[in-house]
Order: sequence, then structure tokens, then C-alpha cells
Amino acid sequence: MASEERSVLKDYKTIREVVGPLMLVEGVEGVKYDELVEIEQANGEIRSGKVLEVNKDKAMVQLFESPQGLKISSGKARFLGHGIQLGVSADMLGRVFSGMGKPIDGGPGIIAEKSLDINGTPINPAARDYPAEFIQTGVSAIDGLNTLVRGQKLPVFSGSGLPHAQLAAQIARQARVRGTDENFAVVFAAIGITFEEADFFISDFRRTGAIERAVLFMNLANDPAVERISTPRMAITCAEYLAYELGMHVLVILTDITNYAEALREVSAARKEVPGRRGYPGYLYTDLATMYERAGRIKGKPGSITQIPILSMPEDDKTHPIPDLTGYITEGQIILDRPLLRRGITPPINVLPSLSRLKDKGIGAGKTREDHADTMNQLFAAYARGKEAKELAVILGEGSLSEVDKLYSRFATEFEEKYVSQGYETNRSIEETLEIGWQLLAILPRAELKRIRDAYLDKYLPAAGA
Amino acid sequence: MAKDIVQGADSQIIGTIEKVSGPLIVATGMGAVQMYDVVRVSEKRLIGEIIELRGDRASIQVYEETAGLGPGEPVYSTGEALSVELAPGLIESIFDGIQRPLEVIYQRAGERISRGVDVPKLDKDKKWEFTPTAKVGASLKGGDILGTVQESPAVLHKIMVPPKTAGVLEWIFSGEATIIEPIARLKTDGGATVELPMMQVWPVRRPRPYGEKIAPTEPMVTGQRVIDTLFPIAKGGVAAVPGPFGSGKTVVQHQLAKWADADIIVYVGCGERGNEMTDVLLEFPELKDPRTGLSLMKRTVLIANTSDMPVAAREASIYTGITIAEYFRDMGYRVAIMADSTSRWAEALREMSGRLEEMPGEEGYPAYLSSRLAEFYERAGLVACLGAPQRQGTISAIGAVSPPGGDTSEPVSQATLRIVKVFWGLSADLAYQRHFPAIDWLASYSLYSDNLSSYFDQHVAPDWSARVGRAMLLLQEESELQEIVRLVGVDALGFKERLLLECTRSIREDYLHQNAFDEVDTYTSLEKQHGMLGVILTWYDKGLAALDADVAFSKVAGMQIVERIGRMKYVAEAQFAQAQAQLLADMEEEYASLTEGGTADGE
Repeated sequence: MASEERSVLKDYKTIREVVGPLMLVEGVEGVKYDELVEIEQANGEIRSGKVLEVNKDKAMVQLFESPQGLKISSGKARFLGHGIQLGVSADMLGRVFSGMGKPIDGGPGIIAEKSLDINGTPINPAARDYPAEFIQTGVSAIDGLNTLVRGQKLPVFSGSGLPHAQLAAQIARQARVRGTDENFAVVFAAIGITFEEADFFISDFRRTGAIERAVLFMNLANDPAVERISTPRMAITCAEYLAYELGMHVLVILTDITNYAEALREVSAARKEVPGRRGYPGYLYTDLATMYERAGRIKGKPGSITQIPILSMPEDDKTHPIPDLTGYITEGQIILDRPLLRRGITPPINVLPSLSRLKDKGIGAGKTREDHADTMNQLFAAYARGKEAKELAVILGEGSLSEVDKLYSRFATEFEEKYVSQGYETNRSIEETLEIGWQLLAILPRAELKRIRDAYLDKYLPAAGA
Repeated sequence: MAKDIVQGADSQIIGTIEKVSGPLIVATGMGAVQMYDVVRVSEKRLIGEIIELRGDRASIQVYEETAGLGPGEPVYSTGEALSVELAPGLIESIFDGIQRPLEVIYQRAGERISRGVDVPKLDKDKKWEFTPTAKVGASLKGGDILGTVQESPAVLHKIMVPPKTAGVLEWIFSGEATIIEPIARLKTDGGATVELPMMQVWPVRRPRPYGEKIAPTEPMVTGQRVIDTLFPIAKGGVAAVPGPFGSGKTVVQHQLAKWADADIIVYVGCGERGNEMTDVLLEFPELKDPRTGLSLMKRTVLIANTSDMPVAAREASIYTGITIAEYFRDMGYRVAIMADSTSRWAEALREMSGRLEEMPGEEGYPAYLSSRLAEFYERAGLVACLGAPQRQGTISAIGAVSPPGGDTSEPVSQATLRIVKVFWGLSADLAYQRHFPAIDWLASYSLYSDNLSSYFDQHVAPDWSARVGRAMLLLQEESELQEIVRLVGVDALGFKERLLLECTRSIREDYLHQNAFDEVDTYTSLEKQHGMLGVILTWYDKGLAALDADVAFSKVAGMQIVERIGRMKYVAEAQFAQAQAQLLADMEEEYASLTEGGTADGE
């Protein structure tokens, strides 16, 4: 981050140690914390890293690339005097980059308008504008119950084998703010995912033409793990440029954060730091926050950054440190559920533990519809009660349920089949979503609908028996 | 003291950086400094604090991003501890963890918090109308009130003699002055004269002195039914709100900040989301205090050190917050401080401890975690303030805890529970059902309940604690009955038990559930709380009597009035007394019609 470039760069042939992703250089002078390092091999090959710690004349460097083939005796370390930067420009749209920000689609290099430090700087809370614009994703379980708004960070908690990629692609394809046709862009960061999963996104973007307004950063499973620490920051830096300099509304998809956290753990373990839970470093929360908090809106700037990080929960365990810490930072979560998928519900969104914290300011009259908040609360409460009734019926038999509970049980089943399940190609408007909600609520006696104001019941509730 | 550390131009170089590791810097040549002194690091003059001294080598935690620093750069001393400035200008402001005003930084440096921004903590140019109350010739000591400034319509800022200062008042000013201009002059016993400005400077890590501590006896009314009725907190009490993510910790904290009957609110957003602070900034000015009718922002001080801001300043933020709270307490005000979240503060402590290579305690947290937490919470309480006129001030502290995975067996929760008297445990299950506030009535407790019940009985209604005790008992019984229902079904229960379940369902859904986003429901007065609970219990008692009179259970459970009880919470305060009377009368009538035509329908 030191902006003053050093006029003469000195090469150090004093690399003493390479252990995992760490390298120790001795006898250095004037080295700064967090600055970028280039390591040149005898054959001219160049790798990069950054300074993690500097103690007197010793610099500990974290490599961004695999140390394979690195030779201590002939390697030369060069300290560049600035942090890791990304050259950004409007021409990045439609292009594919490596996890370190180099073009890999065979196209020409980017002529940078600006070089930006990928770590960014914190947004002053006094400068933030509260996200309150409803984004219609066309997915009922999100729009109706866990509403996404512009500038929100809403992760998808998934697990191995669950269709998070399809859902993310669907959101990227369908998301729009109603009544506007503003500058919209997608920034996609593949963090250690397989070629096939990455290919799924690329082909989906190609098929729908979304690639024209997308920027892709690819770090695949076979790319060096330590590179993953930079990939999401590259993507977010690019998104910040598009959003705050060019005024675009940017949707950032980061997949998979679990791989990112594991790379971080690898570096932490190599440094022999005191670990927090499950070997992840104690600063994992802060580290994740410095990425997630870069979503948002800024007063007086037209653009916005909406983040959808995807992470796979090891063993579908929501209390694992990665989903746990993510949930504490992000503004809600969309949780995918294996039993729902087995029953053929697509997308298999489990709405009860899912949550959008910013929904309350993004819905209601003038944004979606006046009855949205009340019906949302009622659907949640009714579905929770219906699920309970169904569990009871499994143990004690259908006959043991009271009449009302039987209705709740039916409601829960139909809710999953009609409301949640819609496939990956259906794009429902918010009115359609609300309409389906009302039809489902009509299953229950009116006296049960306590969370909805009378006026809305009179206006919207379909006649009995409908 | 008024000489600002921000200047520091004449401070001499004393040390040289030797090592940089994230927010921790080790410098040599620091023999002359004291522990917890503030230093300025490098030519960028980043703010740091000495946290360890070994010979002439000092470990410094830096409150700003350290990228670009390296060995050989200078460290400047200021000779002062990390302090806050206390004077008019605090109210309605938003500060970062080391009291830098974020609005001013925004105007001067743009929307990003860049490094080395030098801004005064409080506005030193603004003039305030000072009204003296002390008389020339009076003998004054620390804590005595010199005069007042109407800082906001809701806050009369009392200017006090700083602690440990005493003397005879020789001169006192009247009229407009800045906070650094002298407004009074004392002649001390030693014959020296001391000029006093309005502003006091106080080191954040040292508690401000008070006369004596007193056990709290009055409740802090929050307007939240589950809190006031079941688990009340005293003015001067300490409470913890632990819960997994998504269980509504922040909404509970915001609700308390909005509606608690306190004179001053200090809200510390410690390592949490930026948007939450923005929410407070945008929403509070719009909301009205139900007691004074003034905007809520007029009594609020915000400290925001969001999760992406430097981690060391997060550690300092709760001390900055509590010191400001103590200052207002010393004026004789009832202050409430919310810290959201203490877990993030503990993590900051852990991160610094790790970088200092200290021997870790549980889960990597330093061994002094619980003593630091205790020190923080002990600064709350009801005290007799120093100085004349005699007055009492309180600080009520409410800390959110974010236990990993919602499991409160972890060190921060456990250390907190050993200290606090009120525990509002948030439950993920309740949150999934969208039952908010998701305070688990079976797991939570308040050790103030006994002390406060006599207050409630005297000031609200004589049968307050009887009603509350009854409701709590019913909820307990419900959980036992639910066990049976889960095993053998609801049919196995007698009708009286089933009526009990209907009653507790009403207590849960119609009483404990409270919609923070509904204009009326967001705040409920104690009188309305008492009335609502009374209606539900009356319905139950009359239902039991009806069952005895052979009325069918299904008829009681299906009464018209049940739906109206459910809507009782949305009745505005002003209309409630009337609505309640009507409700009880109609209930009476409906029961009468049941018992007249009612014989068992062979259910």
C-alpha cells in the first residue's frame, strides 16, 4: 500500500528458507509490511508473494504460487514497494482472468485506467447508504421470504452435491430491479472449484448472453491453493471500480469460500500461529469481514455491490467455523437442504433457517406490495407449525393430529411443492409469488392468520374453498 | 491536557521500528515511555498504544492499517495515555473506536477511512451557551457542578470540576464559549490558580471515580414485553444477550437503544456490520422517545468500529464507550450502554495476544479474558456521584455475545455469564419460527426479578408479580406437557391440560411475540403489559370454570374472543384501557352464552 514506488529495485539472493507457502529472506533493507515480492528463478520464471512480517533484516514472505521448483540458491527476491494491485478498466467486462488477475481467455492485455490495491480500505459507516432497493430474483423462496436488496451480502450455504451453482446462475440471470434498466454487471470469482463447475457458469453466462457484462476470475481446483487468498479480493476490487467509478450495479458471486478459508488455514499453520476453532486462524472473522463488508452502497454514488458468496458446509454443519463466522458478518443466508432435494424440490431452499436481514426495508408498499411483510411472517409461522405437525404425524400417525394441525400439515406440503419448488428456469414476478402465498394461506382458517392485518385479509385472501 | 495529541509536531523521535506483524509493531529505543502511552508511528503518524515493555523494546498495537510500514521508521511519543475528550459535542455524534468523529472524516477524507487522517475528536471551534450555577467564592471539589450547557433538547450537559481538582472559585464565565476556553478559575489550597475549560480528558482504561456504589432497585423499562415482564433489568444492571447468528441479537440491542427509559444511550458497534450502524444513523433521528417526544438521536452517542475497520481499535472501542457513559453518569444521568458484540472485542484481544506470542488459554483466548470482561462490566452500576449537588447516576450495560455455533459453552459466553445478572438467551428454534424477540423463556433468567418485583407491585399494579409468576409457571408446565404430546399425542391429555396449552400458546404468540417493525407493537408500556397479561389469564381462568360447568373444550378453544386477544397488541396505548374493558366485557358475554347452551358435545 506504500504508494511511493522505489526508484531502484534491489534483488536479494538471500532466500534462506521455503516452507510450504512461506519463504524467508534475510539481509533485507527498507522492506515494508504487506508489500509485493517477485521471485525470479534462474530460468527467468517469475512468481509473486507478499510480506507477512518483517523483523529487523528478515522478511517473511507468503507465496501466492506453488513453491514447486523454487530453488533457494539461485532464486532472487525483489521487493516492489507497493501492495498487490489490480489494473482495472471498463474493458474488463466480458473477459476471463486468472486468480491473480492475468487475462487467460487469449485476448489482449488490459490497458489499466487505474491500479488499485486489492485489499481496499474500510468504508466509513457514516458514508454508507442503507440498502433498501428490492432486487427481484424471480425465485419465490428468496423474493417472498428472504428478500435480497441492492448492496446486501447474502451468502448461499450449501453442501457437497447440492445445486448451489444452478441457483447462483439463476439469480445472476434473472436478478433485476423492477422498473429500471440500469447498468448491471456480474463479477464472478471461482475459488478452487472444479473445472466442470466453473464451466457450468461460463456456459450459462454464454448461453444467456450475460458474459458480455460479466468479469470472471478463475482459480480452479488444480491452481495453487495460496493464490486463492487473492482471487476474491481481485474480484471485489474490480467490482468496486465498476460500481463506484463507473456507476454500475454489480452482483459479485464468490464460490467457494470454504476453499478460501482452507488456503488461509494453510498459511496460518505454516506460520505456526495459535489456532482458533478447528485449526482456522483466530483472525478468520476479521479476514472474512474485510471481504464481505466491501458490499454496500455509498451515499451520492449511483452504483452498488451486492455479494452472493457461496460456501459448502463441511458435513452440512452450520456451526462449522466457516458458515458460522460468515453468518455473523453477512446480512442473512440462504440455506440449501439435502432432504428437500431428495424429495425433488428445486431449488431446495430451506426457508426456516434462511434469512435476509435487510428485507424489512426493501419490501412493502411502493417497493413490492403492502401485504408483503404480513404474509411473509404468516407463511413462516404457518410453515414452521406445519413442519412440526408433520413430524408429530410421523411418530403418532396422521390420526393423532387435531383438525387444524392436519390443515397445517397439508399447508406445509403444498408450500414446499408449489411455493419453494419452481425449477431453475422459472422466473416469477413478485406479484406471482405473493399470489401463490395467498392461495396457500387460504388452506388455513382465517382465524389462524393472526399475523396479517384484517384489511389485507379482506383485500387479498381468496374466497374459502378456492 | 487540552493540548491535543493530534498536533504532536514538537514531540521528539524516541524509537525505531524493528518488526511489523499486522497491527503489532515492535520498536526499540522506547525506554522512556509508559505502559498504555499513545505513540505516533512512522511519518504517516498512525496512532498506536504501548501494550508491552521489555527493556527499551516496546510492543505497540496500531489503530490503523499498517501496510507499508517497515523497520527503521520512527516512533514518536506523546506522553499521554489513550484518552477521550469529554465535553458538549458528544451527543448525536458517531465516533470510531478511538473517538475520531466519522462524520468529520467523511467530509474531509471521503467515503473511505484512509490512514493518518488527523481530525480533532470534538469540535473545538463551536461555541456553546454556558450557564453558570456555581457561585464565586464557593469552595469546590472534583465532581461539583460549575454550570450547564443545553447540548440537545433532550440533554442538559452539566459541566463538572474534574476529579482530583479542588479550590475556591475565583471567577466564572457566563455566555458563549468553546470547549477549550476557560470558563472558571479556581485557587487551590496551595495557592496556585487553575483555569478550567469545559472539556475534560480522561484515559479510557481507567474507571472514572464515584462516591459509592449502591445496589440497584429500580427497573429499566424497555417496552419489550418478554424483558419487562419475565426478565427485567435494573437501572444500573448488567445483562448479556447471547445467541447464534440470525437470532436477533442486534434487533434486541436496537430495540433497547430505542425504547429503554434512559437519559443517555451509548451504542457501541464493535466489530459488527457497517450497514447496522448506518441503519441506526438513518433511523434514530426519525424515531420519537415515548417519554419526552423528542428524537431518539438527541440522547444517543454512537461508537462504530465495524468488522472491516482495524482490529486494534475494536479492542479500544468498548473502553471509549464506557468512559463516555461514565462521564454522563457522573452528571447524575441514567445511562444505558449497548455493546454489540463483546465476542468480536474478545477476538480482537485474542488476535493481539496471539501476535504477542502469549501463552493462550481456552480456544486461543488469552488467560486474562475473563478479568478484562469483568473489569468492563464492573464499570456499570448505580452510584452516588462525586460532588455537589448530591445526585445518583446509573450505567446499565447490555452486551451481545456471539458464541460460535450458538454454543454457549465457549469461553466468552462462560466468562460473561459469571459476571452478568441478566441472561437473555436467544434461541435459533424460535428465530426459525419467526418468534421475535427470540428470547428463550425457559433458559433465560434475571437475578433482579426479586428486587424489582416490589417496585412493580407498588408502581404498576399490586398483582403484577402474582400475574408474572403465574404466567411463568404456566410456561413451565407447558414444556412438560409438550413432552407428553410429543410421545403420545395431544389426545392423551385431559381437557384442562389442553386448555392450558391453548393459554400458553396465547401467552407465547399474543404476548411474548412482539413485532419490532410494527409502529404500535414495538413499544408496550408497563400498564398495557399488565393489562394484556390479565386478559389472557382471565380467559384461561374462566375457561377452566366453563370446563367445570361441562362446556365442551372445542367451544372454549374456538371462542370468537380468542382471535381478538391475538390482536390486542396492535391496539394503541391511548385506546388500550377502553379496548381492554370492552374485551373483558365481551369475553364475559361469550362465556355466558357458552355456559347457557353448553353441554358436553361428546368430544
